[in-house]
Amino acid sequence: MNTEKNIKTLIVKKPLKLDCGKSIKNFPVAYETYGSLNSKKDNAILVFHALTGDQFLTGINPVTNKEGWWSYAVGPDKAIDTNKYFVICSNVIGGCMGSYGPSHKDPDQKIFGTNFPVITINDMVNAQYNLLDHFGIDKLFSITGGSMGGMQVLQFISNFPDKSKTVIPIATTSSHSAQNIAFNELGRQAITADSNWKDGNYTSNDTNPGKGLAVARMAAHITYLSKKGLQEKFGRKLQEREDLKFGFDADFQIESYLRYQGSVFVDRFDANSYLYITRAMDYFDLAKQFNGNLSEAFKNTNAKFFIISFTSDWLYPTQENKDIVIALNSIGADVGFVEIESDKGHDSFLLDVPDFLSALKNFLDKSYEEINYEK
Amino acid sequence: MKNEFQVIADLIEKDKKVLDVGCADGTLMKFLKNNKNINIRGLEISKERVQECIAKGLTVIEGNAEKDLKQFPDKSFDYVILSQTLQAFLNPELVLDELLRVGKKAIVTIPNFGYWKVRFHLLFKGTMPITKTLPDEWYNTPNLHMCTIKDFFHFVKSKDIKIFKSLALNNLNSSIINQSNLGVKNLFADLGIFLIEK
Repeated sequence: MNTEKNIKTLIVKKPLKLDCGKSIKNFPVAYETYGSLNSKKDNAILVFHALTGDQFLTGINPVTNKEGWWSYAVGPDKAIDTNKYFVICSNVIGGCMGSYGPSHKDPDQKIFGTNFPVITINDMVNAQYNLLDHFGIDKLFSITGGSMGGMQVLQFISNFPDKSKTVIPIATTSSHSAQNIAFNELGRQAITADSNWKDGNYTSNDTNPGKGLAVARMAAHITYLSKKGLQEKFGRKLQEREDLKFGFDADFQIESYLRYQGSVFVDRFDANSYLYITRAMDYFDLAKQFNGNLSEAFKNTNAKFFIISFTSDWLYPTQENKDIVIALNSIGADVGFVEIESDKGHDSFLLDVPDFLSALKNFLDKSYEEINYEK
Repeated sequence: MKNEFQVIADLIEKDKKVLDVGCADGTLMKFLKNNKNINIRGLEISKERVQECIAKGLTVIEGNAEKDLKQFPDKSFDYVILSQTLQAFLNPELVLDELLRVGKKAIVTIPNFGYWKVRFHLLFKGTMPITKTLPDEWYNTPNLHMCTIKDFFHFVKSKDIKIFKSLALNNLNSSIINQSNLGVKNLFADLGIFLIEK
């Protein structure tokens, strides 16, 4: 799965105490950067990826040979302009694109599988924090990310309140809802029900729970789209046939589309990583870390927040994003908020949604101008 | 910039924290930020206007004053501005209470339905008045609760709201409104501007 040669890694030597109680040390954090860090080191943006993302934001991902997951937003003259900003993104721990995860070997040279410690969003950001030291960056210009990336944004600024000037959580939540957990559990059950999963030891058994992982991806994929978007794109259109076949082949285009999404996903993603990362999302409850008061998570930061949601996102709906705005307003924080009109569901943040991309660009560029002007 | 905004800006001291409710494209916010070093926030219902504010580098929250003011703590702003919008709310009384809870002071401006041109229009034409400050037809106006300067003056008094300053605006001229000239100002002013506190 990983072709190590294209992956840059930082080996974190000092121990990291995980929320589960275990400690890890000498572990890899895989990262990629775009643009260049200026001499004042004040133009760095740290991007956090979502559940199935990785460090390859834009251009051709050298491992999958596909476009990077945020190609619409990141690049020269784009919303996150790599002519101006130094953009860093790293693979979360628990992931499968080079960072320490369940497909790695334990100190006894055995593949971890489900013996890898259960990690949390908090653990992910604490691991990624080491990149600031690595690049000698005292303070980031911005942190951003959508979905699980947004959760990491919120956790990062809570853990390191003076380490970013601006904060842009997108299509996210401060606490995973019962519905979110339910969908993740469905995915995990699909994986573990695959007889090739072998209690997580599929690599040593030379099997692959691809069918289970594909079903997990198919179910999740539906949650990333809106009913209207699906209806407009597929409706009841048939797949390369004149009429129904009275069987269980993919008669409908939507079936064929989902099967395709499932099949390409298993080529690039590790089933155990899927279990670990969804678990980290389910455990995420930022308010709970502060005795139920979300505002407390942000009380030590002077950062400027900009929160973005999408009208048709029913996975992380506007109200859950607004709850973050409300928590920030109640402590007088500097927070802006916009809900973008889009039929593209939760996936809107990954797609060509011009209102979203222009809002993101305007916020970043104007904030950067202002910060430099104030100096 | 509208003369109204200049008058509002003159009521606010430098370096204050201000919330502009219904901030539209952010013209007043930008002026206050650049000229008076105001720590300014906006609340705006229209997505397009919110985008315009973001493009100006302004901090704005997309939201509705009737529902979204409640998230701000008591007296968390030095001033809260509401320009020509009070009459468009379902419950203007509740919005006014919220403005005065969130802001130490509030600046409220109202299009004056007692303005002579409005009275003349209705009296002689017999149709709903259309003026510079009331440009819409009866069937598409956002205004639900029109009032006159006199109405508003009496209303705030009855609610034990303190009026620090009330100004009548007619084209480029602004003048003080008081108890004794209320009738005249109510006839000749297009717009009323009130600086109030509870």
